[in-house]
Amino acid sequence: MAILVYVEHDNAHLKAENLKLVDAATKMGSELHLLVAGYQCQDVAQQAATLAGVSKVLVADDAAYQHQLAENIGELVTELGRDYSHILAAATTTGKNFMPRVAALLDVAQISDIINVESADTFVRPIYAGNAIATVQSEDAIKVITVRTSAFDAVEQSGSAALEAISLNKANNLSAFVGAELTKSERPELTAARVVISGGRGMQNGDNFKLLEGIADKLGAAIGASRAAVDAGFVPNDMQVGQTGKIVAPELYIAVGISGAIQHLAGMKDSKVIVAINKDEEAPIFQIADYGLVGDLFQILPELEASL
Amino acid sequence: MKILVPVKRAIDYNVKVRVKSDQSGVDLANTKMAINPFCEIAVEEAVRLKEQGVATEIVAVSIGDKACQEQIRTALALGADRGLHIETEQSLESLQVAKLLQKVVEAEQPQLVILGKQSIDSDNNQTGQMLAALCGLPQGTFASKVEINGDKVNVTREVDGGLQTVALALPAVVTTDLRLNEPRYASLPNIMKAKRKPLDVKAAADFGVELTSKVKLLKVEAPAQRQGGVKVADVAELVAKLKNEAKVI
Repeated sequence: MAILVYVEHDNAHLKAENLKLVDAATKMGSELHLLVAGYQCQDVAQQAATLAGVSKVLVADDAAYQHQLAENIGELVTELGRDYSHILAAATTTGKNFMPRVAALLDVAQISDIINVESADTFVRPIYAGNAIATVQSEDAIKVITVRTSAFDAVEQSGSAALEAISLNKANNLSAFVGAELTKSERPELTAARVVISGGRGMQNGDNFKLLEGIADKLGAAIGASRAAVDAGFVPNDMQVGQTGKIVAPELYIAVGISGAIQHLAGMKDSKVIVAINKDEEAPIFQIADYGLVGDLFQILPELEASL
Repeated sequence: MKILVPVKRAIDYNVKVRVKSDQSGVDLANTKMAINPFCEIAVEEAVRLKEQGVATEIVAVSIGDKACQEQIRTALALGADRGLHIETEQSLESLQVAKLLQKVVEAEQPQLVILGKQSIDSDNNQTGQMLAALCGLPQGTFASKVEINGDKVNVTREVDGGLQTVALALPAVVTTDLRLNEPRYASLPNIMKAKRKPLDVKAAADFGVELTSKVKLLKVEAPAQRQGGVKVADVAELVAKLKNEAKVI
């Protein structure tokens, strides 16, 4: 049986997570179908069709799916998913939102946030904020899985899968979209960036995050923050890297004024190279950093920006 | 309006987790346990809705062995009115918990169910969504703001790109994120009062729900430890290392 993969998008662009999501799916089986559910999302479907290893892209283009609300997307994926061996979505706030509904409606377990595929029914996932790693085996007929995409490699965009329109309207009166306040940024998304630079409580206030911007611009980096910085109101919640925020694994992670609480480490410790800049030489972040620089970040950051 | 708040007994968030040497799980013997932090936020939100005159009754429910009555008492001390303990020695997965809670929702008919978005032990982030689906209810997950508005509830959600607000027809399910509120500390008089609040006990086996999951835990290991590297003296050395040694810039 084939594998159904839910595509993450904003009705215009295919998100980078999908390339890694498809990589996880190819480790479970050979026949992959993608589902693009949205409104006026044909461009996304065209882009999705290029992902290597995909044989078919199902396109559910309907006003009801514009905001990908859990209630109707859950029904849609449940109905389509009955004929598949696996249903996958990225462990983003979209996937985490509707996938458990799919699992419950299919009367199967969900396996959340997998970081490795051992076989078609055996998966590895972190528990206790990544302080323990569990290997689980599912005997359910349909495996409903969310994937921590940072743990997988991107597939090539070399394919040309067929598109197939799906006309299933699952509109309901349970929920309605009211509004969104989305952060606008010219920088790459945190979860897709090659370089991430994050600030913590040591930044002292939100204005000082400007010190990170010049460096981010030179490195093409995304800007993140620790939970302490978010809770203190320095920056918005969507910048949070950590157990309850975003999980990132860039090639280079620069932690500035971040002490290294377990909560934060859980969100970035799989980065390839970690740099820590902190005035406290005892800060736990130095125990996992490849390169540590002890000193005053207000002197170091301008110097770093100038030398890049 | 009646609010149902399911709470979970979990390892205290300050405790360092140790994996058992036989790889069968995490060692919880003699470990400090507490109400899961996200569940505590759920209790606090329900109490605030009661203080605003929106809610009239708060029922706290927990599923597990006898020890989880401690966490129900914590919820009662924070302001819940009565407790329900669904007793089982079996360790349950999210789907089984959601099915038991579905029976509670059918019996209690709450207008709002508020749960933590995930527990800090299994990190599944599933139960609220599963419960909503089983009951045919709408959901507002990862909530940072909850406003009752006539026969609807507006929930502002923390999503990857920022914030999203949805309007849900009541009854509805809400799961809490960290910034929804800051839970109060229970006062000593309220802790004493909580001991006298009603707490029903029912056996999980009597609910007619299959309690065994089809997902088997094969092993639990400690994560690979990352080795710390070197300290550099200044910015020039850092940039040189990143360029020539790590080759990432």
